[in-house]
Parts: sequence; C-alpha cells; structure tokens
Amino acid sequence: MASISVRRLSKELTEIKSEGCPVGITLVKADDFSTWWFTIEVMGESLYQGEKYTLQFRFDSSYPISSPAVQFVVTDGHTSPIHPHVYSNGHICASILGNEWSPVLSVVAVCVTLQSMLASCKKKERPADNDRYVRSAPENPKKTRFHYDGKALSPIPHQYWI
Amino acid sequence: MSSDYEISDDDENYYVDDEDMIDGTQDDDEDDIDMDTFGDDFKVASKSKRKSYEIDYESLSQTAVEELMQSDVDHICGIFGVEASTAALLLRHMSWNKERLIEKYMDNPTKVLVAAGITVEEPLSPPAPIRSHCSSASASSRRPTRSASKLLGLASGSKSPKSPSFASPPLKATRPPKSAPFVCPICYDESPDLRPLALDCEHPFCSGCWIAYASSKINDEAEHTIRCMAETCALVAPDAFIRDLLVPEPGAPAGDPAEEAANAATWARFQELLVRHFVASNPNLKYCPYPSCTNTVSCPAAASKASLITTVPIVSCGARGIGGAAQMSQSQQLSIGLAGKEHKFCFGCSIESDHRPVVCGAAKMWLKKCEDDSETANWIKSNTKECPQCMSTIEKNGGCNHMTCKKCKNDFCWVCMGPWVEHGTAWYSCNRYDEKGGVEARDAQSKSRASLERYLHYYNRWANHEQSAKLSVELYAKTEKKMEDMQITSALTWIEVQFMKKAVEEVEKCRMTLKWTYAMAYYLAKGNEKELFEDNQRDLEKAVEDLSELLESPIEAENIPTLRQKVTDKTVYVQKRNEIMLEDTATGFLEGRWKWNAAIEGFDVPEKTEY
Ligand SMILES: [Zn+2]
Ligand SMILES: [Zn+2]
Ligand SMILES: [Zn+2]
Ligand SMILES: [Zn+2]
Ligand SMILES: [Zn+2]
Ligand SMILES: [Zn+2]
Repeated sequence: MASISVRRLSKELTEIKSEGCPVGITLVKADDFSTWWFTIEVMGESLYQGEKYTLQFRFDSSYPISSPAVQFVVTDGHTSPIHPHVYSNGHICASILGNEWSPVLSVVAVCVTLQSMLASCKKKERPADNDRYVRSAPENPKKTRFHYDGKALSPIPHQYWI
Repeated sequence: MSSDYEISDDDENYYVDDEDMIDGTQDDDEDDIDMDTFGDDFKVASKSKRKSYEIDYESLSQTAVEELMQSDVDHICGIFGVEASTAALLLRHMSWNKERLIEKYMDNPTKVLVAAGITVEEPLSPPAPIRSHCSSASASSRRPTRSASKLLGLASGSKSPKSPSFASPPLKATRPPKSAPFVCPICYDESPDLRPLALDCEHPFCSGCWIAYASSKINDEAEHTIRCMAETCALVAPDAFIRDLLVPEPGAPAGDPAEEAANAATWARFQELLVRHFVASNPNLKYCPYPSCTNTVSCPAAASKASLITTVPIVSCGARGIGGAAQMSQSQQLSIGLAGKEHKFCFGCSIESDHRPVVCGAAKMWLKKCEDDSETANWIKSNTKECPQCMSTIEKNGGCNHMTCKKCKNDFCWVCMGPWVEHGTAWYSCNRYDEKGGVEARDAQSKSRASLERYLHYYNRWANHEQSAKLSVELYAKTEKKMEDMQITSALTWIEVQFMKKAVEEVEKCRMTLKWTYAMAYYLAKGNEKELFEDNQRDLEKAVEDLSELLESPIEAENIPTLRQKVTDKTVYVQKRNEIMLEDTATGFLEGRWKWNAAIEGFDVPEKTEY
C-alpha cells in the first residue's frame, strides 16, 4: 500500500515540474517522498504583503487517504505568519487538514487554500489559546484534534478509543 | 443478587437461613430456583426479586442489539417505503430518534435525505407516494442479496438499483463513455483491471482506494459514517457498499489472505461501531466498558439523571475476564485484577467498577478530589511506615491491618497507628474522624490544615482498603499454591480447600464496599444519620479485619479443619455485615435520609456546608 503514496506523490511532483505552481507558491525542495517544502506569498492587497513563509509537508504511507502533516517552518530564522488560525509553533488549525480532508486534494491545493486563508485575514493576531497550546502541543500537528473555530483541543493520541 | 452467593456445598444452609432472615418476604419457590441457577450470575441478577441496593437490568449480546436496530429499521422501512439501507442511514443521521425522524421526514423528505447523505443535493422530482409496505425489503435487509447491493460499477454500466425507490427519476447521464480509460483520481492507477466504484453521486474511485479510505476511517478514527472521497461531496456509503468492499463475494477468487483477514476485521469493527452508536443514542442502554467486550446492558430504571439520587445502578454485562485471551496472559489479567472477573460497572456514571453504596454524584466528586489532591496524599500509598514505638521500618505485605513490629513486638493499627488492643472495643473507632480539631481552628491557616487533616483521614482509609484488597489477593495466590500441594499430600478434597478462596473473594468485595463508604462519609453531614452510617461501617470493617487476619494465619494440614470452620463462620458473618451496610445505605437513599455537607450533583444544596 505504501506504493500508492509514492505513485501519487511522483505524479503530483511531475505535474508541479511540468506545469509549475500557482502564483505566489514555489517548490523549495522535494528530495524524497516524505518531506516537501514550499514558500508561500500572498499576492495583491493583504496584511501579509511582502512577507514570505515556508510550509512543510510531511507524508507517510497513508497519504493521500489521510491528510499530510502540514505546518509553517519556524526554525532557522523562519517564522509563522501571525494569523488567528496559525500558532507560533507553526501548527495550523484548518479543517481541510483535519476532518474535511479529502483524498482528492493535492499538495498544491492545500497550498492554495492556505494562501487564501492568509489573503482573507482581517486582523493579524495569534489564536487566543496560543501560549497554552504551544506549551503542550505534540510535535506532529496531526496528533492535535482541532475545533475548527480556531481553538485547539488538548492534544490527544491519534488512536481514538470510544 | 450476584456472585457473592456463589457458594460451595457446605455453605448452602447457612446461606438460605441467612437470606431468609434478612429478606423474609420471598417465597420458597423462588428460593429453589435460586439454588438451581446460582451459577448463572446474569439470570439471577436480572430477576425481578432484588435487594434495595440492586437494580433490574438485562444483558444483551451484540447480536441482540443488532436485532433491536433491525426492528427500528424495519419499522422505518414500513412507514417510509424505503429500502433497509436508506432507513438505516436515516436513523443514524437522527441518532435513532424515530419520532423526530418521522416528523422531519413527513415534513420534507428531500431535505432529510440530503442531510443524511443519501441523495445528492439537486432539484429532484417529488418523492413517489409512500408504498403500502415493504415486506420484501425487510425480509432481505439483514443481508441484502448481492444483486441488490451491487456496487455502481462504471465498467458494468448499470445503474445502481440500490438508490431509494422514490429517488429513481433518471439520473443525469454524467457517466463517461465506456471507451474512456479509467484513471483513479486518488492513486493515479490506470490499469485496465481496475474496479471503479462510486456512490449515487457517481464520483468514481478504485476499489483499493475505497478500501484504504474506509479502513482508515473505521480503524483509526472509529468513524462509521464513510462519506464519498470527493471534495465537498456529502454522500454516505450505505452498509452494503462497505460490506462489498470488505467482504469478498462468495465464490470470488481468493485474494491475499493477510489483506482479507484485515478487511474482515475492519468489517467486524464497522458493525461494532454501528452498535456502539445505537447504544450511545439510547439512554436505556450502555456498552460494556471492559476491553474487547461487545456486550450491552439495558437498564431503563437508571436511564434518567433523576434516578441517580436514589439508586446506584451497578450492572454486569454477563461476561467475565477479558475476551480474546490471546491479547493478555492470565498473569497479566491477574495483575490488573481482571482474571475471571465479572464485568461490573456503573450504568449511571463513567466509573468502571462497583461504587456501592455511594451514589454516582458523590463518587465522582470524591474521585475528582482525590485526583486534585493526589500529590498531597501520595505518601499514604507507601507500603512502609515506622513503628510508632521503636521507629523501625515496618513493611505491609498482606491485607491485614494488624501490625506487629518484629523488633519491639508492638501491636498497632496500620491505618491510625493506634494500639491494636483498643480496636474492636466499643469506645475506640478507627473509622470515625474526630471533628474537634476543626471546631478549634480559628485562623485561615489552621482551618486549611484541619480540612486537609480531615481529608487525609478519609483518603487514608479509602486508599488502604484498596491496597489491602490487592495485597490479600496477592497473598492468597501464594496460599492457594500451598493448599493445592496439601490436597495432594493429605486426605483433603478439592472442595475442602476452596473455603479460603471464597473468603478472600468476600474480603476483597467488602473492602471495596468499605472503600466507598469512606468517600460517602467524607460528604455526609454531621448528625445521627452519619453516626448510624459509621456504626455500620465500623462493624463491617471490624468483621473484615478479623477475617483478613484469619486468612493470614499459618496453614498446616492438621489445623485445616478448625481453620476451615472459623473461616467459614467469619465469611458468613462478613457477608451479613456487608449486606446490612449496602441495604441500609440504599434504603437511606430511597428515603432521602442522607444529608450532605457539600453540593452533590442532583441533590439539594445543603444549607450550611459545615462538616
Ligand atoms: Zn485508487
Ligand atoms: Zn461523491
Ligand atoms: Zn463485558
Ligand atoms: Zn455511578
Ligand atoms: Zn517497634
Ligand atoms: Zn486503627
């Protein structure tokens, strides 16, 4: 089954290389099928004019059946955009990365969605629970179950036992 | 009544007398039935004749719950004239609230069908008139025939006959021509033998992707609503679709055995999730919380919050031990205390053990308090203390609280560190908290010290019963070995060496009662009622400690007959004390006799919250 994720990612990569990325999105590195980096910029009028952020995608063998782990890079001088759905550790609270993920979504589609999330922002601020969340957040943002009104629930193990 | 009356031969007479004495109203016929069926806990427990601390309930297997679900499905089929798979999705969408579903559906069927993910959102012609009945649908609904549940295969080019009968106006011909090769939009596989599958929305994906997706939802997210994988498509896969993905058609060529086994497990998990959802939607039902158990308990008497101030609904699912023994060895089960144990749990709250005699509200509050104060109280759990006389370190290695210092021979009580000789005399009570410290405390600091001291008094005893119960079971494991050896070397029969086992079980059980009486006493308002409660508590505690001590006496073949007599007598007495403790407390709840010193969920807030 691991071959699905590899076949799918190589297909996406081929498309990116032949057709390029949408405006404002640039592939930085995709040396393997486990971690890719992109930069994103918001084009036109926005609160983030002239700012450039780095997005990290991590894939495991369950991609694209389940979502990739996506976050802004906050190491080596990179920072995460100040946005009500973006935590200072780079974790992003977006429904398409959680319960609204669809296997037909692609890496580029995620970039575009996050780009428009920034573009439509009215006020630069951190989520209200930023400090509390960042203190106890798991390393992998997929292990957090977010409420998609912008609040993170406490991190939970990824296996749900009912 | 339950396992406490699992008795071996010679106790039988004791037992009958004993029970007649306590509960004189029963008739003899029933007693006979009791004796015949006492091995079957569940049947006994579900009989209408019960004690004031017991509740009526019924245990249901997964199959029995599935039958209940099916009868709701059949009912909806009959009323709406829809197929079983549609009725099932409608019911799940409405959390099995039939009345609300009927009301909403009668009002606007299209809206409900779209919201439930059964039909795509598009202007449909009004539904066909309701069919008079659908006996054929309900007859085949348990397991619809393959043809009825045939997946919409693009290759086959046939329209799914599974769509609701009234939603059958011609679907838009969006299907690509047969000649166009299918490429799965998820895995980009384009091999010609690919099996493209779609729901009524006609978003096709290959069967491999469907299986991977459904498995991930079911196994990783415990999700039973499997929606179409297309972005923003809200259609839900009917059960037959899931089954056809996961269960190979009879006669189909055998696939990879490991994969087939995994799919079969996923299908079983899916069915379990459906049952869990049904059970969770019905306040009369509760799923057994024990690992890998799939039984359900039905207890309508404890379905309302209001019932929880007069009853403590402890139930048992009817199973014992841990299902799937492969997952846990006998010794592992023993170490967590589950070996062969009844699956007892509270129907009214999330406490997964018997917390009688205290009501759910107070039990939960106590556990919360213990959790909050865990650091303060941690030292109590220690297995060692200093002898109050010579200060040498004493280790507790059994359940008995009567400690004798090896060095100075001082006899003292492990719990209160007071002299043991005074225990059991009328004026000494190890269980009662001396409240005078609280009265004297004037300033805030000494008040808080007094309140901590008071808490520790109860917590100490609470924790000690828990620990002692564990220690006696551990100690008994050694004794049991010894007794089995003796059975071989002496003239004793197997039956004759069982009296210890029964006594240890009784001690363990009564220590659980005692444990919870301390949670209750902590919240009981000072007064006559509390004193009577503590009298019962003291009497039970004394009886349990005596029996506990007896159980730790050295065993030799010669002393067995006398020991056996003593242990048997004491066991019967302990049973009786436990019965009185539980009965009186339960009756007190029914009468509204207990007054609290704190605001307990469901009860009136006490006027003054003084201890
Ligand atoms: Zn596929
Ligand atoms: Zn769809
Ligand atoms: Zn069970
Ligand atoms: Zn309870
Ligand atoms: Zn000593
Ligand atoms: Zn004592």
